[in-house]
Amino acid sequence: MDTADRWIHTPPRRSATFDEHAIAEIRRAAATGLYDIRGFGAKRRLPHFDDLLFLGASISRYPLEGYREKCATEVTIGARFAKKPITLKIPVTIAGMSFGSLSAQAKEALGRGASAVGTSTTTGDGGMTAEEREHSSILVYQVLPSRYGMNPDDLRKADAIEIVVGQGAKPGGGGMLLGQKISARVAAMRDLPEGIDQRSACRHPDWTGPDDMEIKIHELREITDWEKPIYVKVGASRPYYDTALAVKAGADAVVLDGMQGGTAATQDVFIEHVGIPTLAAIRPAAQALQDLGQHRKVQLIVSGGIRNGADVAKCLALGADAVSIGTAALIALGDNDPHLEAEYRKLGTTAGAYDDWHEGRDPAGITTQDPALARRLDPVLAGRKLANYLSVLTLETQTIARACGKSHVHNLEPEDLVALTMEAAAMARVPLAGTDWIPGQAGRRS
Amino acid sequence: MPTVDLAATPLRELNAALHRIGPQSNETHWRILNPRGQHAVAVGIDAPIAVEVEGHVGYYCAGMNKQATVVVTGNAGTGVAENMMSGQVHVKGDVSQAAGATGRGGLLVVDGNASARCGISMKGIDIVVKGSVGHLSAFMAQAGSLVVLGDAGDALGDSIYEARLYVRGAVKSLGADCVEKKMTDHHKAKLARLLGAAGVSGVDVGAFRRYGSARRLYHFHIDNVGSY
Repeated sequence: MDTADRWIHTPPRRSATFDEHAIAEIRRAAATGLYDIRGFGAKRRLPHFDDLLFLGASISRYPLEGYREKCATEVTIGARFAKKPITLKIPVTIAGMSFGSLSAQAKEALGRGASAVGTSTTTGDGGMTAEEREHSSILVYQVLPSRYGMNPDDLRKADAIEIVVGQGAKPGGGGMLLGQKISARVAAMRDLPEGIDQRSACRHPDWTGPDDMEIKIHELREITDWEKPIYVKVGASRPYYDTALAVKAGADAVVLDGMQGGTAATQDVFIEHVGIPTLAAIRPAAQALQDLGQHRKVQLIVSGGIRNGADVAKCLALGADAVSIGTAALIALGDNDPHLEAEYRKLGTTAGAYDDWHEGRDPAGITTQDPALARRLDPVLAGRKLANYLSVLTLETQTIARACGKSHVHNLEPEDLVALTMEAAAMARVPLAGTDWIPGQAGRRS
Repeated sequence: MPTVDLAATPLRELNAALHRIGPQSNETHWRILNPRGQHAVAVGIDAPIAVEVEGHVGYYCAGMNKQATVVVTGNAGTGVAENMMSGQVHVKGDVSQAAGATGRGGLLVVDGNASARCGISMKGIDIVVKGSVGHLSAFMAQAGSLVVLGDAGDALGDSIYEARLYVRGAVKSLGADCVEKKMTDHHKAKLARLLGAAGVSGVDVGAFRRYGSARRLYHFHIDNVGSY
């Protein structure tokens, strides 16, 4: 190429707007006429906990000795109204995931792992299985709009009840479990024919607003003789008002799920474009609790993109009482493991990116109802791995808390944090690092 | 017969007492006075007892009932007999929205009318309404039967699965994937049994029309997008 030709065509330049993913989606939509349904949570880059840092102890703050001085982690949930509150040994719980979306082996493994470290698991759409009750020392029973498998016996067997109004992956949306995952057992639990798509409703069938929800909570308390803690789970969209309304309705705990929260099967457009990031949701929810005088009385459980102990510690510092993990727990069990790369390739994906959890072809045996695939997951070994991971999360959280001089992880507070970006500073309502400036706040922190 | 006056006894005590009834109990017939529209009256019972509620009740009366026969001499609010598992609930007046919602078994009888979403997401319960039902009744109804001696409002049986609907009067409109189906002798016999169980006599089962799922929406397909 001579010098003159070089300037006839500029080098190839890809569009930032029509990037590789956007173009591929247009082509896929044109070819199929279908929108993309997938599992996992939001994959786009979002302001997240990585944009926050802790201020460790210094001359004005006194740290605690690692490996020696006590840094407590237990969390009691439900003392507001329940006769039998539950106490978790660690501030990390397992989020609701259904039998149906997950194999029975995966549910058992979740129970084994959580129970080994003294925390809870949660049922999911489709009801309670005997396996998960047997292997979960503390089990939270979800009351979902579909009411699949709902029955008063399981309600009484549960240690706590969680009314699901929404989830972070799809606030305002229901769900669809595709027919290929509807085995005979799943179908029987849901009172529907085998092999057909099963729609999970987006609204509860027998109440329509916050005042009705209060009556519903009252009914559940009456049915269970006021023994069980009752949580209300919402997808993060209007966290201040949703938290306030849940408190007003009589909830013992509020579960707040940010848009990075996982799902078994949701439209990609919903996952990526509805709801707000977890980072942005916590402070408004905590503020609502503080305004109502209920902070640390009504527990705030935060989920959506929790990966490590730093994330846990940051949630607690922003006002949460505990966190909940779903996607990370599945990864701990063995989801998206590189040793299955050859099989992920056959599915047209790669380890770390596999998200077609709705199709039931999971080579790890986790998001499937195929008996042969499900048998691949050893629930004892997978449970052990989950327990290990939960222990690491807890140790990491304690490490940070001690460095900040806290004898209980709940003593972490916003004052311990700074932000790396203006977005994170505004959302978390903590100063930009090295400044005393909190964007969006009328005054500066003193 | 134990009699509980809710004007003097907290609801919590009543429900707790009903939950304590064991299989050997002689307290098999209860009267509840002065419910005065309270919510969650006689919920979560799991015993083969009879409960007579004398007056109007609020939301969720007899919710999640198992085995018991609950009779309300009055009207009932939203979600009467919601998620009932077995037994019978009989309301002698009218009922509000979502009567028998998600019920998985048993029989709900309404002497009067039922408001919107009667039998929503029903999962095996049988419901007999001697009057009319409101819009979106049997929405996403999965299993069981809804019998309406009067009329049905808009969008009856929208997104219905395998539930069976029998309506004697006019149906204002059918919801997505709900169609009229042939009334065979088998269905007439089934309907006659339901009417008999509800204490309805002298009614010609041949005057009813049957509705159910066309099963066109059982698998998502882009060609059906206009139906959603």
